[in-house]
Amino acid sequence: MLCYAGPASLARAQTSAEEQTRNTVNEISDNLIEIHDLKFSRGHRAIFDGLNLVIKRGQVTALMGPSGTGKTTLLRLITRQLIPEHGTIHVDGVDISTLNMSELYRLRQRFGMLFQNGALLTDLNVFENVAFPLREHTKLTNRLIRHVVLTKLHAVGLRGAADMMPAELSGGMARRVALARAMVMDPDILIYDEPFVGLDPISMGVIVRLVRRMNDALGITSVIVSHDVAEVSTVADCSFLISHGKVAASGSPDELRLAKSDLVRQFMHGMADGPVAFHFDAPGYEEQLLGRDAE
Amino acid sequence: MTALFREIYNAVTEFLRTFGAFQLFFLRLLRHSPGMLVSRFDLVVMQVFNSGALSLVIIMVSGLFVGGVLGLQGYSNLSRFNAEDWTGVAAAFGLVKELGPVITALLFAGRAGTALTSEIGLMKATDQLSAMEMMAVNPVRRVLVPRFLGGVIAMPLLAAIFSAVGMFGAHLVGVEMFGVDVGSFWQQIQLTVELDDVKEGIFKSIVFGVAASLIAVWEGYNAIPTAEGVGRATTRTVVITAIAVLVFDFMITAAMI
Ligand SMILES: Nc1ncnc2c1ncn2[C@@H]1O[C@H](COP(=O)(O)OP(=O)(O)OP(=O)(O)O)[C@@H](O)[C@H]1O
Ligand SMILES: [Mg+2]
Repeated sequence: MLCYAGPASLARAQTSAEEQTRNTVNEISDNLIEIHDLKFSRGHRAIFDGLNLVIKRGQVTALMGPSGTGKTTLLRLITRQLIPEHGTIHVDGVDISTLNMSELYRLRQRFGMLFQNGALLTDLNVFENVAFPLREHTKLTNRLIRHVVLTKLHAVGLRGAADMMPAELSGGMARRVALARAMVMDPDILIYDEPFVGLDPISMGVIVRLVRRMNDALGITSVIVSHDVAEVSTVADCSFLISHGKVAASGSPDELRLAKSDLVRQFMHGMADGPVAFHFDAPGYEEQLLGRDAE
Repeated sequence: MTALFREIYNAVTEFLRTFGAFQLFFLRLLRHSPGMLVSRFDLVVMQVFNSGALSLVIIMVSGLFVGGVLGLQGYSNLSRFNAEDWTGVAAAFGLVKELGPVITALLFAGRAGTALTSEIGLMKATDQLSAMEMMAVNPVRRVLVPRFLGGVIAMPLLAAIFSAVGMFGAHLVGVEMFGVDVGSFWQQIQLTVELDDVKEGIFKSIVFGVAASLIAVWEGYNAIPTAEGVGRATTRTVVITAIAVLVFDFMITAAMI
């Protein structure tokens, strides 16, 4: 359950502990997000069935798992876009199911989230998309907003695209703009849903380093959902492998790579056969092809 | 037999549930409306432009022809009683009290309502509304309320323009084509049409504006977030608005007589 905490992340934990005391929270905890005995289903299919998971403050945590296991769903549960059927989710020691709307919105201002498909606002151009949270939540002058937005766009290499509309961007560009937007409010917690999909190797390297640098320099806690075992290994302090509604394995990338479990080995080394089925639950193949349904 | 009852029961409860949700939705929009009108008037103006200004062409062209038809009908029927001078009055009553608000609302549903529904539905389908929630921005307030208010403001203005252009159409037909005397054409209108008639038209156009905008926004917000779902929601917007407008029209007219 616990992850290896290297010296670097220990140092980081200390700085955030100082922040904690400033925030006058009586109990200082390394655990920023705690999920306990989570159950959630879609229709009759249980997506999570007794999932337990802890995300440490100041670390980069990766959530990995086969397609369709519910990684995106888990992010939506953590941010209370969905409500669990059973179990609790604590963020910074607060049970998020007890928050009212304005408290929830205040909590969400501490989150930055990169959606799987970018989710840029299609009626605003790139600049205004990134400026959107600033315009909604702050009273900064236009000059200052311009400064902040251009800095963030520069960080993702798209300062030149500021005047383009989202429809004119490629998938990878859209996601980089979305990343700039997620960072623009300087959140405490950055959540990335599949940040590495659709990026060319160059932008991939830049983004990976950006994620790591922001995490370390700004003391952010990062949660990355990804299939990309190789990239995750380079950034994550700690990974959780989710399968069949539970955490199947956890640990630092190296620990996972060396793990003996069939499931972990199958996933980390990309083998088709093993405990994780490549196929979504279905009736027998032969039966369905040759059976009466075929007509 | 019990199966039938069960089905009816289910249908009724489903309807009541939807209707209740619809009313709550309306209240939510109303609750945020004053704040939005004051603090983010720019967004509302933008939507008045989208719903109103962009519907002007279709409203004016339709108004011109509807007025023209009223002129034709009025003249050909009234001339049997040698009452051609009343052509303008017939057209004015028809436009101001009935056809102005009703046809404008129907055209509004087709032009602006569908645009609203599909825009909001697509925003939902592409996670834009979720993204706003994650940025701690309430999408009901930021996206739906300005669009709703824009429609509510635009609709009476469009209805007024429709009626005005319609009168011009009636004038073209009655005066220019059939040679009704200009003076008596307009004087009869002045003498006969009263403020209460105009008020009835304004009241109707406001009610229709609220109904059409509310339905469009509701359908978009509750659309199934897929291409097909948004398509269906758009169709429903037109159908439901048309029915609602005609039913309300009957009820208001009956109440005012
Ligand atoms: N709106 C929905 N209604 C019903 N079922 C859904 C819905 N969204 C997701 N699901 C189901 O929930 C499961 C988990 O979906 P989720 O999007 O969380 O997967 P994921 O792990 O993020 O997959 P991927 O890596 O492909 O993005 C899927 O099997 C999907 O069928
Ligand atoms: Mg996903």
